[in-house]
Amino acid sequence: MTESIATTTGARTFSEKILGAKVGKDVVPGEIVDIIPDVAMSHDNTAAISKKFLSIGVDRVYDPGMHVVVLDHCAPAANEKFASNHKDIREFVENQGIENFYDVASGVCHQIICEQGFALPGRLMVGSDSHTTTYGALGAFSTGIGRTEMAAIMATGKIWLRVPETMRIVVDGRLAPGVLPKDLILKIIGDVGADGALYRAVEFCGPAIADMSISGRMTLCNMTIEMGGKNGYVAPDEKTLAYLNGRARDNFEIVTSDAGAAYCEELVYDTDSLEPQIACPHTVDNVVPVSEVVGTPINQVVLGSCTNGRLDDLQQAAAILEGKRIAASVRCLILPASRDVLKAATADGTVMKLLEAGAVILNPNCGPCMGNHEGALAPGEKALSSANRNFRGRMGCKEAEIFLGSPASCAATALTGEICDVREVIEPERLELVHAIATNGMTAAVGTNSTNSTNGTIGMNGTEV
Amino acid sequence: MEPITGTVWKYGDDVNTDVIFPGKYTYTVTDPAEMAAVALEDLDPEFAPNVKQNDVIVGGRNFGCGSSREQGATCLVFAGVGAVVARSFSRLFFRNAINAGLPLVQSDAAVDALAKGDQVTVDVEAGTVTTPKGTFDFPPLPDAVIGIFEAGGLLPYTRRSLGIADEK
Repeated sequence: MTESIATTTGARTFSEKILGAKVGKDVVPGEIVDIIPDVAMSHDNTAAISKKFLSIGVDRVYDPGMHVVVLDHCAPAANEKFASNHKDIREFVENQGIENFYDVASGVCHQIICEQGFALPGRLMVGSDSHTTTYGALGAFSTGIGRTEMAAIMATGKIWLRVPETMRIVVDGRLAPGVLPKDLILKIIGDVGADGALYRAVEFCGPAIADMSISGRMTLCNMTIEMGGKNGYVAPDEKTLAYLNGRARDNFEIVTSDAGAAYCEELVYDTDSLEPQIACPHTVDNVVPVSEVVGTPINQVVLGSCTNGRLDDLQQAAAILEGKRIAASVRCLILPASRDVLKAATADGTVMKLLEAGAVILNPNCGPCMGNHEGALAPGEKALSSANRNFRGRMGCKEAEIFLGSPASCAATALTGEICDVREVIEPERLELVHAIATNGMTAAVGTNSTNSTNGTIGMNGTEV
Repeated sequence: MEPITGTVWKYGDDVNTDVIFPGKYTYTVTDPAEMAAVALEDLDPEFAPNVKQNDVIVGGRNFGCGSSREQGATCLVFAGVGAVVARSFSRLFFRNAINAGLPLVQSDAAVDALAKGDQVTVDVEAGTVTTPKGTFDFPPLPDAVIGIFEAGGLLPYTRRSLGIADEK
């Protein structure tokens, strides 16, 4: 770890350059700037936002084209109250001419923003959701804001932002089979703590990041908020451009940090020896190597969300579960991040493999992740989730416990009924397949006949799987 | 604004928005009195039934971490909380509190000095917090932001900046 790396005069970080460009001058960390964002995302909280906006006394939204509204937090509505909330939002976007509206069939807002080409390199994006940090995976500056701030943006177009200090996380090495981007970000969060990046921008770079799929980079940036970060960032490369090809809604300009830019802290990781990580109840930074919690009985596995609900995540689960049977003691809920993910996972056979293994396929939405509906826990139950938070009460019950892990850890745990090291309970050829999917990302190549020949008992403690 | 004097409710580091205002309530509990009644429900069930007007919450590091949900700040306002004292605040809670007109005090010394049940006085204009163990200074809000707080929050501030008369 190196503190206060020297700067070259005039060199700027990505975040300083983006915010500076917005106000037309050089800016330094700590400075507060008023900016007009390129994109402003809101979700089910748009009903509350719209009421605050109208209470200001302005009739028309400043720039309807700036806003993207996605219904995902309780979609479709669980009851009359949620339904009324959604109805208010539909009426508001219609009245205000907000055309970028994604109704309950679409998926989780952060996935939609990326998939639908709103997240672009060099863009300044805000969202009334803490995991808005996700879009940094595509080279945007993106950060969460509050409801009232979104209402003010609707009225004035503007918001204040403090120019953040930047910490750089250099990741060397290669992730071993069975070890995934989720394990890396959990390890980092466990090391630096829930406030280790408080108010800071976080840049991820190094060979392991270059190797990582866009989906994996989204996992890293999504969880940057869990160490207090303002925004996460991965410099765009050819993988970014390939992902954006056919999606980008506008021209864009890639913005990267200058050589010699000042970082407030630099951390260096080597992934070669990294093992699967688990965040234990009830904080995301309560992270241990999986070996320390192996054998913990699990009642519910949630595999999906905006953190790890993309096609490659589901394909990894299918690679582990294909031809096997989820433990009778486990409810395994699959939560695709979007309709497009679910379509692709259906078309390539992933969904059938998961269904045949005994999984429940939920419709794309936030679902159990925040306890609004679907998949709530009972007192005394334990869940392993591939989502991003394990706070007390998060899945609807404060007497339940939530552990967080990678999609591979989730799938393996669904088989054995207890937290396990995927590398110990899953056959090497399946681990290689998981590794290939994670590395290549977004590929449809998943089903292989070889995995069908490995049916049998591989669980721990004699568990029939 | 007048100095705020109240009784301390003390908690630890990383008090997150889910234990301040559970996610399951974010779209179903919207009435201010009902929001106040579930404040800190999953952290301290004794808080909501017993909190008095102008009581002060004292946290540790990273108070209000987690979700962007504004109810994390507003449910405390509705519960009567006069100020929150902590070693540091999550950036989203910090923003939401300013936007709701909730005073925040960042002070290690005050956190160290205060225990549950103490009487404390927060004087935002003077930038001081007075505890049984002494009076400590705390840094003012940045100039660019203090206007929002002084206006009573972001909605009245926005009205003012647009030249719209305050309603309600």
